[in-house]
Amino acid sequence: MTVTAGNSLLERLRRDPRMHEAVLRFGESIIALVIGLTIGAVILWVSGYSPGEAYYYLFQSSLLDTYGLTSTLSFATPVLLTGLTFAIGARAGLFNIGAEGQLYMGALGATLLAWLAMHVPLLDSPLGTLVGLLLGAALGAGLALIAAMLRVYRGVHEVVSTIMLNWIAYWLVYYLQSQKLYWPKDPTKSIPVPPGARLPLLLPGTELSASFLIAIGFTVFTYYLLWHMVHGYELRASGLSPRAARYAGIDPNRSIMLAFVLGGVAAGLAGAGEVMGRPPHYAITSGLSNLVNMGFDGITVALIGANHPLGMIPAAIFIGALNAGSRAMQAFAGVPLEMVRIVEGVIIIALAVPGILHMIEEYLRRKRELREIAAKEAEASQAG
Amino acid sequence: MPESAALIFAVGVLNAMTPILLTAVGEIIAERAGVVNIGLEGIIMIGAMAATMAAEGFGPLAGLLAGIGVGALLGLLHAVLTAYLKGDHVIPGIGVNTLALGLVPFMLIVYWGSAGQHTVPRYAQVPKIAGYISPMPFIAILIAVAAWYILFKTPTGLKLRSVGENPVAADTVGILVERTQAVAVVVGAALAGLAGAFMSIDWLGVLTKEIAAGRGFIALALVVFSNWNPLWALGGALLFGTFDSLSQWLKVLHTGIPDTLINTLPYVVTLIAVAGVLGRVQPPRHAGIPYRRE
Repeated sequence: MTVTAGNSLLERLRRDPRMHEAVLRFGESIIALVIGLTIGAVILWVSGYSPGEAYYYLFQSSLLDTYGLTSTLSFATPVLLTGLTFAIGARAGLFNIGAEGQLYMGALGATLLAWLAMHVPLLDSPLGTLVGLLLGAALGAGLALIAAMLRVYRGVHEVVSTIMLNWIAYWLVYYLQSQKLYWPKDPTKSIPVPPGARLPLLLPGTELSASFLIAIGFTVFTYYLLWHMVHGYELRASGLSPRAARYAGIDPNRSIMLAFVLGGVAAGLAGAGEVMGRPPHYAITSGLSNLVNMGFDGITVALIGANHPLGMIPAAIFIGALNAGSRAMQAFAGVPLEMVRIVEGVIIIALAVPGILHMIEEYLRRKRELREIAAKEAEASQAG
Repeated sequence: MPESAALIFAVGVLNAMTPILLTAVGEIIAERAGVVNIGLEGIIMIGAMAATMAAEGFGPLAGLLAGIGVGALLGLLHAVLTAYLKGDHVIPGIGVNTLALGLVPFMLIVYWGSAGQHTVPRYAQVPKIAGYISPMPFIAILIAVAAWYILFKTPTGLKLRSVGENPVAADTVGILVERTQAVAVVVGAALAGLAGAFMSIDWLGVLTKEIAAGRGFIALALVVFSNWNPLWALGGALLFGTFDSLSQWLKVLHTGIPDTLINTLPYVVTLIAVAGVLGRVQPPRHAGIPYRRE
């Protein structure tokens, strides 16, 4: 079904190789999602659950009613931003898997605002919102800058440095949440952001806050930067071939720095947005439980969306739906919500199979050619 | 029972060294053949889980074998994607890590009915020499020495390294590039699986949902730190083991430093160590690059 739809589009788009490639890539993502959900269903079935029931609650609660839809969008928000962290890095030739730690630092920035606002009442206002977002972006970018400098000046591969920094950020924020910035009324969470400084909800009674608009805005900005601005062009050129870029007078190290810092800002905003925009806590909860994995989920979003900001919007909504629906799946079908991460892992592995659709396309082409030959032979034998 | 604090400390160092050493030696073998696998973290986690299941059913030896087996299978998956299908080397690893992040907590609930962690019963744990020393650290050291010998002193090792240095030349003289890479990755991942098994059914005696805690990536750092040499990895792993053990002691001694901050120590040390040696190490020239014939 998917393949035939892709195929008919291919017929029309054969003349434009870039469109052709985009369509193939889209088809590959769809195939990966189907593989992920199918293997997920097998694991559910083997574990003694009903896959139908699990998936019914997963998607019914995340896509089929207004509240579900808003909570899907609210969970799409942080993973879209952390997805940009990975995608901007990937465009510069990096594997920046540090969004997780940078997101923690962003949440810390928003929590510092909450602490400041206790002493400076002026900050219990939209001014405080701005300060919190800036602090979050700055702390996220700061952590990313360490990885960038280790890479540029010491040659430390970012896969190692960013994971180490993720753990350092985890324990640092854990320490500050539990020992310094805890809320005296409920020490299992940090000081909550005061009402005046919170990001406003787009729909009252839901979890969807203005942080969604920030994420969309940042996505459009990233698209514009990468494809319509000199810095973005240089960044992509360095990613495709650092040597060629250097010959063209581009400094690849500058692109690496830019990619890390910009990615850190995105992840920092994601963390700050979670703390300043998500009811009911408006705080960091014990063990960072309301933040963990939001950075890693971004990698899935980026890979499904082919590291393209516009492709990542639907990808983020899909992952957002998994995360939003996993709560209902756990509550009503009794399936542990970790299930959705298994599906994500399988999707990534499926995406790692190079050019599934190229293979299918090649197979179909050969089959068509064989059919044509057979038809010609049949014609010839009839004529004879 | 242990006689002195020094002995307990030494055992702690050996235990903390073992998983990082096994994983790093495995990755050195794979990268010497030109394949990078960043899914080690996930392989440790899934290996730890499989080992616990098998050990509870059939005893500790079966547990260790299950860890090796699951690691080898995940290595085979990686080998198919990278060596044969010529795909990207990093993305499958991210996939395996994500899978493990879901699978381990999922199975903890589904299979053991406990959220977050499961204590391995004593009968399923690897028996200890004199009651408190595991044989595994010594096996790990033997494996490291053997890997060094094979890589640098035998024709097999020379062939393997030539694939990672210059696959075109290796191909020309008739070395089977893909098969060599596949074997190296499978062996490497099997060692990571064994590392996971050691953690759950031996050292810690407990399976937790974050059992690897970054060790897969610390091992990746150690590969660089050791200049892709198993003997240097042994030294490096001892160093990391010492810091890991030290941080446990700092917690017990009530130094006034909060535990949460002490927990950052192994990661800080790793970063400093890697940043310190770089520029003086020489990675295999073709590591991480898919090999395509012209």
